[in-house]
Amino acid sequence: MELFRSTLKSAQEFIGTDSSKRDQLIDALARRVETVDPRLKAYIHFSRKGIEAHKGSKSRGLLFGIPISIKDNITTSGWETTCASNILRGFVPPYDATPVRKLREAGAVIFGKCNMDEFAFGSSCETSCFYPTRNPWNLDCVPGGSSGGSAAAVASDAAIAALGTDTGGSIRQPASFCGVVGLKPTYGRVSRYGLIAFGSSLDQIGPITKTVEDCAILLGVISGHDERDSTSAEIAVPDYTKFLAKDVKGVKIGIPKEYFAKGLNPEVERTVKRAVEVLRDLGASCVDVRMPYSKYAVAVYYVVAVAEASSNLGRFDGVQYGFRHETKSLREMYFETRDRGFGNEAKRRILLGTFVLSAGYYDAYYLKGLKVRTLIKKDFDEVFQNVDLILGPTSPTPPFKIGEKLDDPLAMYLSDIYTIPANLAGIPAMSVPCGFSSDGLPVGMQLMAKAFDEGTLFRAASAYELATKWREKRPPL
Amino acid sequence: MSDKVNIDQIAELARLNLKPEERLALSKDLDEILAYVDQLQELNTDQVEPTSHPLALENVFRQDSVAKCDVGDRVLEHAPKREEKYFKVPKVIEGQS
Repeated sequence: MELFRSTLKSAQEFIGTDSSKRDQLIDALARRVETVDPRLKAYIHFSRKGIEAHKGSKSRGLLFGIPISIKDNITTSGWETTCASNILRGFVPPYDATPVRKLREAGAVIFGKCNMDEFAFGSSCETSCFYPTRNPWNLDCVPGGSSGGSAAAVASDAAIAALGTDTGGSIRQPASFCGVVGLKPTYGRVSRYGLIAFGSSLDQIGPITKTVEDCAILLGVISGHDERDSTSAEIAVPDYTKFLAKDVKGVKIGIPKEYFAKGLNPEVERTVKRAVEVLRDLGASCVDVRMPYSKYAVAVYYVVAVAEASSNLGRFDGVQYGFRHETKSLREMYFETRDRGFGNEAKRRILLGTFVLSAGYYDAYYLKGLKVRTLIKKDFDEVFQNVDLILGPTSPTPPFKIGEKLDDPLAMYLSDIYTIPANLAGIPAMSVPCGFSSDGLPVGMQLMAKAFDEGTLFRAASAYELATKWREKRPPL
Repeated sequence: MSDKVNIDQIAELARLNLKPEERLALSKDLDEILAYVDQLQELNTDQVEPTSHPLALENVFRQDSVAKCDVGDRVLEHAPKREEKYFKVPKVIEGQS
C-alpha cells in the first residue's frame, strides 16, 4: 500500500517513535497533495515550509508525527487563518485553538489549512472567497460543506485525518458526500476556544477520518474541559477506542418516520434502509419512532443560527485584524470594509440575523425560534427514553453538481434538514459511509446518540464498518 | 422591494454599505427565507419555554491569577494600521485638524 493511504491508526504503527519515518510519511503525503490538490482544491494554506515550521513539539505522544489537517476557521498560531473570507485574508492568529494545542501536545504535525464555505456559511464549499473545492468522486460535484476541504482531503488520501466544525451539519454532510467518517461531538465535549464563532450555541469542532477507529482516537485527543471555554463540560473523557465492537447486541435503534419522508432521494432511502438491515443482523433491535417537530428544524435554524452569526460577525470592522478599506471617516470605514470584505452568503445571513433580532420582530422570529427549539429538543428527550441511538440519512440527496444550488439559498439550506436537529439539541451525531448511488457517489447514514454518549455511536458505527466493505472503494483520482 | 424587510434600515444596523444591485437581490432572498420561516407561526408555543442553549449551564467562576502573556504585542503585528501600542483608525471627531 502507498504510504499516503495510511489511516491514522496505521500511520501510528508505521511511525512509532521514529522521526525519520515521520518525515517519510509527511513527504509522501505532501507529494500526494501536490498531485491531486490542483484538481481538488481542498487546501487553502498549504506549503512544505509551513509543515516544516509546524512539525510541532518533540512530544512522543499518542499522535507523534501524525499529520492532521485543520479547517480554516480554527486558529493555528503562526499559520494564516481566514475562514475563507476576504475580511480575514492575511490574518495570522497569535494563539492556537485548544484542540490544535492538544494535537500538538500529543505530537501531531499541523499539516495544512482546509477550504470551507466562508465563515462556515454553506453546504457546498462554494462560498469560499478562494475557490470551490471539488468532490474527489466526481470533480463536477460539490464535496459538501462547510467542512468540504477537510472531507475532500481525507477522502482523497491527501490528509491522514482532519478537524472540521459543525454548526448545522458542516462535518457530517461533507463526510457523507465524500465517503468518510465525520463526527459532531456533544455540545461542550470539545473546547470552542480558538474556533472563530458562527453560532455559539451550536458550534462544535470534530474529527473527519477514514475509519471509525481513527475517529475514536482523534476525538479522545481533542476532547475535555477547558477553562478558556465556559461552555466546555467538566465530564471525564473515556477511552473511546474501548467502545469499538464487532456487534451491537442489545442496542436499540430508533428509525424516525420523519427522516424518510417526502424530499428524500429514493437511492439514498434504499441505501440507508439496507444499512438498518445490516445493523439488525448484527444484533440491534430497530424500532420506528416519531419526531413530529423535526420538520421545523431548518426554519428554527435560520432564525437562531443567523441571529448568533450576525452578532458574532460584528467584530469584523477593519480595526484590529484582517482587511480594512481605508476611508476618511470611521463610519465609512466600517461600512465599506464590511461590504467589501464579506461575500454574498455572509451578507445574507448577517442581514437576516439582524432582522430577526431587530425591534418589532424579536418576539415573532427570534423568541419563537427559541421556543420551537425547545420542542425539537423534547422530541429527542422522549425518543431517547426508549432507544439508544437514532438512525437516518445524513443528507437527503447524494452530492449535487457545482453551481446547482448556489443561486437558491433555500434549496441549499434544506440540504441540512437531517443534520440540523442534533445541533439544536446539542447531542452527538456521526455520519458513516453506507454505500453508493448508481452514479458511484457516496451515501452516508447518520447515527445520533444521547448527550455525551459518543461511545455508543462508536460501537454501532465500528460494528457496521467491519461488517461492510465500503472502505475498500477509493475515489478515481 | 420587500413589504416586510426595510433593507436599508437593516443594512444600516448591520453596518453594511450595499450596492444597489445587492440591495434588490438580498431583499428578495430575505423575503423568500422569511416566508419559509413563517411556518413556525402555525405552532402554538404559549406554554413553551425558550431554549437559548442546549446545556443546562451555570456561570463559571474562578480565582483571578497572574500569568505572563505577550499577546498584547503579538496582536498588534496584524493590525491593519497601528501607531506604537495602539490600533489606528480614521479621525472620529469631525471638524478638527
